Amino acid sequence: MIKLKINGRDVQVDAEPDTPLLWAIRDEVGLTGTKFGCGIGMCGACTVHVGGQATRSCITTLASVDGSEITTIEGLNPANNHPLQAAWQALRVPQCGYCQSGQIMQAAALLNDIPNPSDDDIDAVMTGNLCRCMTYPRIRQAVRQAAAAKREV
Amino acid sequence: MKKRKSFFAKWLGRIFWVLILGVLAYSIYAYNPSIEPMAANSLPTYDPAVIERGRQMAAAGYCAVCHTEQGGAPYAGNYAMETGFGTIYSTNITPDREQGIGRWSEAAFTRAMREGVDREGRHLFPAFPYNHFAKMSEQDIVAIYAYIMTQVQPVQVPQRNNELPFPLNWRYLQAGWKLISVDLKPYQPDPEKSALWNRGAYLVEGVTHCGACHTPRNAVGAERNSDKFEGAIIDDWVAPALSANNESSLTWSAAEFSEYLKTGATRQHGVAVGPMAPVVHAGLRELSDKDLTAIGIYLADSAGSADSEATSAALIAASLEQSKPRQSHRWDTGERLYATACASCHYNAEQIALGRPELGINSAIHLKQPDNLIHVMLDGVDNQDGIAGVVMPGFRDALSDQEMALIAAYVRSSRTDKTPWPELQQKITEIRKSTQYKRGN
Repeated sequence: MIKLKINGRDVQVDAEPDTPLLWAIRDEVGLTGTKFGCGIGMCGACTVHVGGQATRSCITTLASVDGSEITTIEGLNPANNHPLQAAWQALRVPQCGYCQSGQIMQAAALLNDIPNPSDDDIDAVMTGNLCRCMTYPRIRQAVRQAAAAKREV
Repeated sequence: MKKRKSFFAKWLGRIFWVLILGVLAYSIYAYNPSIEPMAANSLPTYDPAVIERGRQMAAAGYCAVCHTEQGGAPYAGNYAMETGFGTIYSTNITPDREQGIGRWSEAAFTRAMREGVDREGRHLFPAFPYNHFAKMSEQDIVAIYAYIMTQVQPVQVPQRNNELPFPLNWRYLQAGWKLISVDLKPYQPDPEKSALWNRGAYLVEGVTHCGACHTPRNAVGAERNSDKFEGAIIDDWVAPALSANNESSLTWSAAEFSEYLKTGATRQHGVAVGPMAPVVHAGLRELSDKDLTAIGIYLADSAGSADSEATSAALIAASLEQSKPRQSHRWDTGERLYATACASCHYNAEQIALGRPELGINSAIHLKQPDNLIHVMLDGVDNQDGIAGVVMPGFRDALSDQEMALIAAYVRSSRTDKTPWPELQQKITEIRKSTQYKRGN
């Protein structure tokens, strides 16, 4: 039995230790905001926070995160109004939307570590989050806008 | 005193009379009589072959392009032309008797085409390129007339008022402009040149009026004959030079010109876009292949000698080579994989954040052996290791031995001055095998 805290809630998962964390999040807990993309940690669609760090949940085994605190897009902000979410809506960043929860989770971790990122910083950290709709320019703009909003708070 | 005054008065009087005579002479020169309106139902009968020739000629002159406003009925006019002197709206040339040219006889139409004067004797503005149409044969002009009068639907749309400032809106002054600006003589064949060349020249200088856009204009808006076909700006588009100064990397051959004007594109040059698109698609393509060949021959002569086949081939080969994806893109696979798989966590801006291990100063990449780095890449860091509650996923099932070797080699070479790890990929294969137990498979 693997014990996790997901979005502040204690969760026990009865699964093989090498089951990907993403499976537990989506199928066991039923939080489907986190998406399955490539399955090999190369696209970023499955990004969640593990201990506050952006982590690709599709290649992260349950055994490796036993006892960790996990945050998914559903738990990023109690009112779904994290500065990134506000900027994302204001700038209408998503197109098809599939990669966007991963983008936002990666960006949230970025702003925690680098509160005032340059475009180069954004590119370096966000390059692993692919977007087939090519919303990159708006993602970059939204990250900058959210960073500014966070500084004002 | 008295004597002196009369001296000035005498001269003033002479100047006055000279002016009066000048104005009078100009007025006589500028005057054109009205041509009697054609009675209803008195249009001559035309042979279908003449009408078909007129259809082709009207297309080659793309008359409908300028005589049709967007969404309007064909030939009903009101197409706005920004001339640089003001906006001119084209006229309704449908056979409507009230608003169109329904009362115009063959003679009136021919005079308009040749002299830029309407049926009532008023000078037309040179936005209508009669300086080119004057080169046409009477036969071709009458054919266009026959086509318009028999095939175009009469439409009762009045012409919008031109937006020309005074005194440019004074049609009377156009006579003077004509005197200094244009040569209205019909096309004279050049006996030194071939029949096809002359046919091409006749069409290009006449009905297709290429120079109207491709020849720069002088301060009073007339084509500068000294810069014929040197290219000009039209409607904020560049009409490129049709002379030897054409800027294409490959020169235009006669065949290329013909193909372009027939289809709107060639392999070696661009496509007809902007104001050129209707010239081809609503115009020149209707001409016979022979006429298009003739135009190609004439324009290619104007554009200078075509490149040799070897020169063209070399230019094309160079272009193809330049557009190939750069090889460095593939040599840097390690760097690309790192950017995608690693940098989201292993990147720091100005200070190192906890939980973002800075690899350039990490011992794993400075060690003589790559083993530690390989282990972490394969199986990650779980929350019993390192920082409690924070993990790095392993890439065992995500990356091949070769890809991991490329990433490791890239990190080592880009961030240390150490010698490359020997037999890196083989080492990864070995460690992957020996640590399989960890995954229970």
